[in-house]
Amino acid sequence: MATVELKNIRKTYTSEEIIKGVDLSIESKEFVVFVGPSGCGKSTLLRMIAGLEDISSGDLLIDGRRVNDLAPAERGLAMVFQSYALYPHMNVYQNMEFGLKLAKTPEAERREKILAVAQTLQLENYLKHKPGQLSGGQRQRVAIGRAIVRNPKVFLFDEPLSNLDASLRGQMRVELATLHRRLGATTIYVTHDQIEAMTMADKIVVLQKGIVEQVGSPLELYDHPRNLFVAKFIGSPPMNFLPGTVIAASEEQVRVRLASGQEIAVAAGSAQDLVGAGVTLGVRPEHIRLGDSVENRGSGQVELVEYLGSAAHLHVRMQDGALLVIQTEGGVGVHADDAVTFSFPAERCHLFNSEGVALHRRSSGRMAA
Amino acid sequence: MAGQRARGKSLVIAAVGWVVAIWIFFPIFWMFLTSFKGEAGAIATPPRLFFVPTLESYHEVFQRGNYWRVTFNTLGVSIGATVVALLFSIPAAYAMAFLPGKRTRGTLLWMLSTRMLPPVGVLVPIYLIARNTHLLDTVTGLALVDMFTNLPITVWMLYTFFREIPVPILEAGRMDGASRWQEITRVLLPLATPGIASTALLSMILCWNEAFWSLNLTSSNAAPLAAFIASFSSPEGLFFGKLSAASTLAVAPILVFGWISQKQLVRGLTFGAVK
Ligand SMILES: Nc1ncnc2c1ncn2[C@@H]1O[C@H](COP(=O)(O)OP(=O)(O)OP(=O)(O)O)[C@@H](O)[C@H]1O
Ligand SMILES: [Mg+2]
Repeated sequence: MATVELKNIRKTYTSEEIIKGVDLSIESKEFVVFVGPSGCGKSTLLRMIAGLEDISSGDLLIDGRRVNDLAPAERGLAMVFQSYALYPHMNVYQNMEFGLKLAKTPEAERREKILAVAQTLQLENYLKHKPGQLSGGQRQRVAIGRAIVRNPKVFLFDEPLSNLDASLRGQMRVELATLHRRLGATTIYVTHDQIEAMTMADKIVVLQKGIVEQVGSPLELYDHPRNLFVAKFIGSPPMNFLPGTVIAASEEQVRVRLASGQEIAVAAGSAQDLVGAGVTLGVRPEHIRLGDSVENRGSGQVELVEYLGSAAHLHVRMQDGALLVIQTEGGVGVHADDAVTFSFPAERCHLFNSEGVALHRRSSGRMAA
Repeated sequence: MAGQRARGKSLVIAAVGWVVAIWIFFPIFWMFLTSFKGEAGAIATPPRLFFVPTLESYHEVFQRGNYWRVTFNTLGVSIGATVVALLFSIPAAYAMAFLPGKRTRGTLLWMLSTRMLPPVGVLVPIYLIARNTHLLDTVTGLALVDMFTNLPITVWMLYTFFREIPVPILEAGRMDGASRWQEITRVLLPLATPGIASTALLSMILCWNEAFWSLNLTSSNAAPLAAFIASFSSPEGLFFGKLSAASTLAVAPILVFGWISQKQLVRGLTFGAVK
């Protein structure tokens, strides 16, 4: 369908630079998700691609053609807004028809397209309804229908599901993913939601303060976060971080002494020059194993147990005062105030140097996607 | 208990509302009564609430003045000034609401500040301009002056209405391929209809009741209702009856008009604060 390419894109408002040089290339049919903390510039970047904001500098290419100076409609994009932004004075049919009318599509063709889209989205019975008479989920479908009906090259979504309740959000997420597989259109999707990002994306772009921190498939970001920021941001509950010092390093292994005095072996390489330096050990809650072991052992006292049904989160205070979250399957018979021992699997640990950059990991325990 | 207290409170509020309404309406009511008393009855002391009504004042008013012509003039001035004011203020309010710049706020305040000058302060220059452009005593001339004096108010009102419209809806229009013109005519204006209607209504009323420029810029040809009323006040003789009859005739059309559209008007006068 269409490729999108961003070359050193920047955005400056009056004096402040909001987007600080973004390079990104999006393949045809790819589903790309922008994530990042509030205010990092996700919406701004999306709106620049849409043509709703001027691009201060850099080039935006769609299908290899520079489109910086084209009006939104001429770029061949469609956008779904967080607030749906339906035309309140038009009924569902007219909402979907508006863009086609402006494009001077003949009446019969308009009708055919709208009816087809309405059927896909189960809106046939609501074509005469005004947006005010629809539920949130139906409005969302109309907004999506309005985007689909124009058969755009690229779909843009700005947090489209964030106004829906949890169950509807899950349902719409599946519908959107199915729709994307069927239409095969290039899609750029902004979200706050970890699950949306991990389940829908071919490629996740992690943004912070107008800078791209990392681009990769969901599993790449999960297994090989490039720095502390990405490691903190991807994964839920977030990764545990413990300060430590490198005491020995070989080709295969780095030995780290934690503040508590415990020694941990990590399967990471090329850290010989870091011996004696301070590092941060990162390990995901779901990778810590409860029970005694010889290697990489840790212990502490349970402060709180959160039962989620299929899993439980143990909040454990280690001897040196550091707080750790451990995810276990089901209720494992551990209660608050219990003493527990656990271990950090060497091949599941991450190490970050004093600048927060990840050391290369030898193994992820899984083939990189 | 609580329900009773709330009920008592709403009764008090209703009573206060009635007192204020009667306070405001009483002069109009008295004018209406006086217009049916005849000249002698109009100045009788003590004033009488019950009397035998007579159409004597109305007869005389219709004989001495041309009511239909002045009403026609007033309609021309009000409608003309309102339509032209909307043509200017819709684009102006659009620009200020959706494409604000550093000086937008200042410009709005400055526009409003022109209303703080007493009109008599610019009487001489405007009179001279009207005379030199041959617009003295014409409907066009008076409509132009009314339009310019009301422009700050119409721009302000439309600005506040437009500000209530969610920007993403306009952006959706832009994404759908609407040009600026189509965005305004096909998306913005239909959404802002209540606001535009109440702005138009307020402009009509202001023009209808405008007296200062009517009296100073027109004489026989283009005289509107305000001048018509004034022509029945004379330094000698009895005129309260005729004055009241003329005033009743003058406010009747706009009163009916206002009554019909009072829902819009209430919304308009709260400057769109009510959703
Ligand atoms: N018109 C504007 N003028 C000045 N600054 C702006 C403007 N629009 C956005 N910003 C700033 O740009 C930054 C990025 O905003 P943006 O809306 O892109 O963030 P976001 O990542 O989408 O956040 P959220 O997740 O909360 O939606 C913010 O700091 C915001 O204050
Ligand atoms: Mg945003």
